[in-house]
Amino acid sequence: MGQQIIFYILALVIVVSSILAVTTRHIIRAATFLLFVLLCTAGLYLMLNYHFLMAVQIAVYAGGVMILFIFGIMLTHKPGMSIPNENWKRRIAALIASLVGIVLCGGIIYFNVNQVIKHFNETELPMQKLGEQLMGTDKFQYLLAFELISILLLACIVGAVMIARKRK
Amino acid sequence: MFNYIIDFLSSDIPIVAYLAVALVMFFAGVYGFLTRKNLLMMLISIELMLNGADLNFAVFNRYLYPEQLEGMFFTIFAIAIAACETAVAIAIIINIYRNLNDVDVEKIDEMKN
Repeated sequence: MGQQIIFYILALVIVVSSILAVTTRHIIRAATFLLFVLLCTAGLYLMLNYHFLMAVQIAVYAGGVMILFIFGIMLTHKPGMSIPNENWKRRIAALIASLVGIVLCGGIIYFNVNQVIKHFNETELPMQKLGEQLMGTDKFQYLLAFELISILLLACIVGAVMIARKRK
Repeated sequence: MFNYIIDFLSSDIPIVAYLAVALVMFFAGVYGFLTRKNLLMMLISIELMLNGADLNFAVFNRYLYPEQLEGMFFTIFAIAIAACETAVAIAIIINIYRNLNDVDVEKIDEMKN
């Protein structure tokens, strides 16, 4: 019962914050609402018993990516500057597009995903199993992808420094 | 009425509830991407869409195949790639601002030479 209440609180915060994040006129507020969405998503991962995923979500998304966003906003906007709204034709068109998408995908989910699937294994994911899968080289183990991600991160950092540096 | 609420709250969370949350997150991102002209706002919308997709991977993994971890690893790698993408995008946006003094996509219409 407590789980249900916490889930619906998290879901409500996610829905309201994600809608406000794309409709507010101050960009720093949009970043703050995005932070709320990311933290509540970490809460949903916790409710799914994926503790490691929650830690990754908070450390990488709510920590690193949000700091990058704040940097970007502070370097390119004056404080208190508000972005003008788009004209109403474009907003109506985008609203229709996203509503059609929601209805379409919602119908597919509602009629195709079996609603009987309600239960899952309530035990916590053993951290040893996760580590073995992440660091092994057999089938269903992901050491190669892990190393590739580390090289990609290095390349992205070097590329970002090269792009953003001041040219003499 | 009260009993109905108690029954509703004491049952398990259905998979459809998680999918509905991810759906709203994704299409809020689509709306923002289509309406906003500011590059940073477009990037925030992309992050919302990515987050909705990541949540779907984890939920399907947990509910349909709880013995395996493929969806969870897909989510972890997607989060890492999203962090890379954001770093490069912010660097590009800062560079654009330094050269053209604006981050509005309507006003970025000059090339270097």
